[in-house]
Amino acid sequence: MSQMVAQTRPQAVVDDSPQQYLTFSLGGEVFALGILNVKEIIEFGSITEIPMMPAFIRGVINLRGAVVPVIDLSARFGGRTSAVSRRTCIVIVELGSGEDRQDLGVIVDAVNEVLEIPRGDIEPPPSFGARIRADFIQGMGKVNGDFVIILNVERVLSTEEMTMLAGMSHDTGNDDQ
Amino acid sequence: MDEITSVFVTESREQIAALESALLQLENSPGDDDTLNAIFRSAHTIKGGAGVIECSYIVAFTHVVENVLDRLREHAINADADLIALLLGCADHIGNLLGVLESGAAGPDAELAADGDALLAHLQRDWLSNEGGAGLPSVPPVLLEASGGGAVESDCWHISVRFGADVLRNGMDPLSFLRYLGSIGRIVHLETIADAMPEAADMDPETCYLGFEISFASGADKAAIERVFDFVRDDCTLNILPPHSRLSDYIALINTLPEDSMRLGEILVRIGALTQDELEDGLRQQTAVPAGGGESGEAPAVTSQPIGEILVERKVVQAELVDAAVARQKQVTEKKAAEARLIRIQADKLDRLIDLVGELVIAGASVNLLAGRTGVGELIEATSLTGRLVESIRDAALQLRMVQIGETFNRFHRVVRDTSREMGKEIELSISGGDTELDKSMVEKIGDPLMHLVRNAMDHGLELPSAREASGKAARGRLELNAFHDSGSIVIEVADDGAGLNRERILAKAVERGLVQPGQALSDAEVYTLIFEPGFSTAEKVTNISGRGVGMDVVRRNIQGLRGSVDVSSEPGKGSRFAIRLPLTLAIIDGFLVGVGNAAYVIPLDSVVECIELGADGSVRDYVNLRGEVLPLVRLRHLFGMVGEPPARQNVVVVQYAGIKSGIVVDQLMGEFQTVIKPLGNLFRNIRGIGGSTILGSGEVALILDVQALVQRCASREAQRAEGALLAAAAT
Repeated sequence: MSQMVAQTRPQAVVDDSPQQYLTFSLGGEVFALGILNVKEIIEFGSITEIPMMPAFIRGVINLRGAVVPVIDLSARFGGRTSAVSRRTCIVIVELGSGEDRQDLGVIVDAVNEVLEIPRGDIEPPPSFGARIRADFIQGMGKVNGDFVIILNVERVLSTEEMTMLAGMSHDTGNDDQ
Repeated sequence: MDEITSVFVTESREQIAALESALLQLENSPGDDDTLNAIFRSAHTIKGGAGVIECSYIVAFTHVVENVLDRLREHAINADADLIALLLGCADHIGNLLGVLESGAAGPDAELAADGDALLAHLQRDWLSNEGGAGLPSVPPVLLEASGGGAVESDCWHISVRFGADVLRNGMDPLSFLRYLGSIGRIVHLETIADAMPEAADMDPETCYLGFEISFASGADKAAIERVFDFVRDDCTLNILPPHSRLSDYIALINTLPEDSMRLGEILVRIGALTQDELEDGLRQQTAVPAGGGESGEAPAVTSQPIGEILVERKVVQAELVDAAVARQKQVTEKKAAEARLIRIQADKLDRLIDLVGELVIAGASVNLLAGRTGVGELIEATSLTGRLVESIRDAALQLRMVQIGETFNRFHRVVRDTSREMGKEIELSISGGDTELDKSMVEKIGDPLMHLVRNAMDHGLELPSAREASGKAARGRLELNAFHDSGSIVIEVADDGAGLNRERILAKAVERGLVQPGQALSDAEVYTLIFEPGFSTAEKVTNISGRGVGMDVVRRNIQGLRGSVDVSSEPGKGSRFAIRLPLTLAIIDGFLVGVGNAAYVIPLDSVVECIELGADGSVRDYVNLRGEVLPLVRLRHLFGMVGEPPARQNVVVVQYAGIKSGIVVDQLMGEFQTVIKPLGNLFRNIRGIGGSTILGSGEVALILDVQALVQRCASREAQRAEGALLAAAAT
């Protein structure tokens, strides 16, 4: 865990200016995403399910002619799949650069606001107690006396890891149904 | 790199490819003039192009090569294997030099330059030495024939021009034409002819009375010289005699012109076009010129010459000139036509077009859907017409990207030749189906896997001549490259008549690597697919050709990346055959839309044979009777783990892949649908059974089924299940 902290700390040294974050709620908890990764937010629409995929891959949507995978964050964090409500949104996140650039959709219960959190107000992630994997957390932002979990997008939406999980899922999971 | 350089590089690479294939051809038919000429032409084109872009190192190198080729063409030397090998090396070196040019470096680095010098020294020593090391200058082709006796010795063009009276009034200055003429060559001598100038009192300062006799040294052709006078062409009398023209042409010229012929003759002598002797000789001959009809198009304004003769002469001359001009023009138009047949387009422009057509197809599908809902007959008719046109546009657009695979195949001649020498094997490459077309992007990506397969076949498959003879086969091994279309895919085969895959050795190796349990019973096909596992190589020794075991898994991955598959069949002692099966295009396919539950899936139409209703027997067993055939069923609902009860009536789509039929059980049949393939992205790269996705007219995403993978998946699942049952039975 101390390695994790060590990994995130140097970034803080590089740039001291406050960063903007998009906060959203998911299963009663407030999370934040670096605004630079967020491409757009769209209404929850019809999703095409992909068979033989783990639960956290909800399917794909048509984003103006491009087919974009949609991830159920709540399922990714090990909880239940999120129930769709009137405020459910899909946040389109842009990952990687150049050839590897990929857009991913993330289902969230509701989008809250865009916040500016100074570097100094970001605490290192707790070693346990956050109910999600520690390496998913980039830091804990202090906002109005409360904490928001700033997600490490590269880890949460790591294509390698998810691809591996997806591969395992259809090799074993659904085959035995 | 600027545009002209990039065009030069592209074209020169093509020339090198042509040069190489011609050289290889020469090996089989030494001394064939057509081939020799083709080789020379290629080298010459490269040199010429390099000259234009002022790339001196390519010019210098190619010049020497060209000298050797020239001697070859004259049969002064013979093309033996050594020379051909050397020339192939030179072709490679030119390719490297092009690489240097492409990279934008100022010149080849020391190593490359040394390579080039070594090649040149070799050429110089062995093939050019008996002419004292000096290169033969290549004679530029003579554009106009200088046939007939009495050719004049002057090697300058002779231009005779009389400006029309209205030239000045039309705003043209005779002097500017002369200046421009000076820019395409050297005016050796110029005489102004002012004979038409009247007395000062009668002179009109706005009228042009001038003419010129010019001796002109230039490498330009006649058309280029004529072009100088384009603006006053209708307004002046222009005669151009090429270097080494016949004397009679000069005499004809003298006679055509309005001025006194003797005086003109003297002028010609003075400017060096003719010698005194030639002139006298010519004027004597004048009497021998046959007289003929005097009909004329344009008579010179003033003349003191016998008009009839002049006209005849003029006619004769013009007939020749016209012939020459016509021939010349024909050449130009033919060249233009050849250029028009091929247009170079940036690949990304083409991709953009295909993308747009793809969007058009999707939009068209949505219009069709809406029109169908309205139920207005005329609208439906109109949209279906549009749909048909869009379909044609799609096909035409895709056709733009189609290239023949032959070019890729032909590259292997060289590979096979070089490798077989290196390994001491005799290998004959036979190519068929080179005109089979497939998508350009596929062609680019299939090159490497093919290279691996060919090298493997040469290294592992084909035996040494002695071993072949010992087993009763011809010493010369045979390697086949073949391509053909088969139900919507293209199949590329690499086959050899070597020893075949060694089942025992592969199995032993697989056990050693822990890929298979000892004693596990495997079918031949299963054993052969083991060679595609990473790090698998059965070659006892690692050669520099292959044997490092990095090849085959890369081959399979690359091919799967193209939505293709590779199959192996092999017979001990008879050889092995690798068949690569690829979709024709990566962009758009015809699909058959089916529905299961709420989801829609697209089955590639090429693989659909027919559709039937699932009868009562199909609901209990996983196979049905299709007119006496056993048709195994793939239940999508089951396979994809979908919840919900199937409807009362289910349908079966009978699909065929590589000769095997199976039935896919679905809920609804929704008909044909043009499908723009959208890749699913990295996240889903491990998924088997789904080939991609597409966007329906309604804007929803539908998945495209990969029929082959689906069927294989079912087969392997059943096999696993049977094995599991067997183990369970054994345990109790």
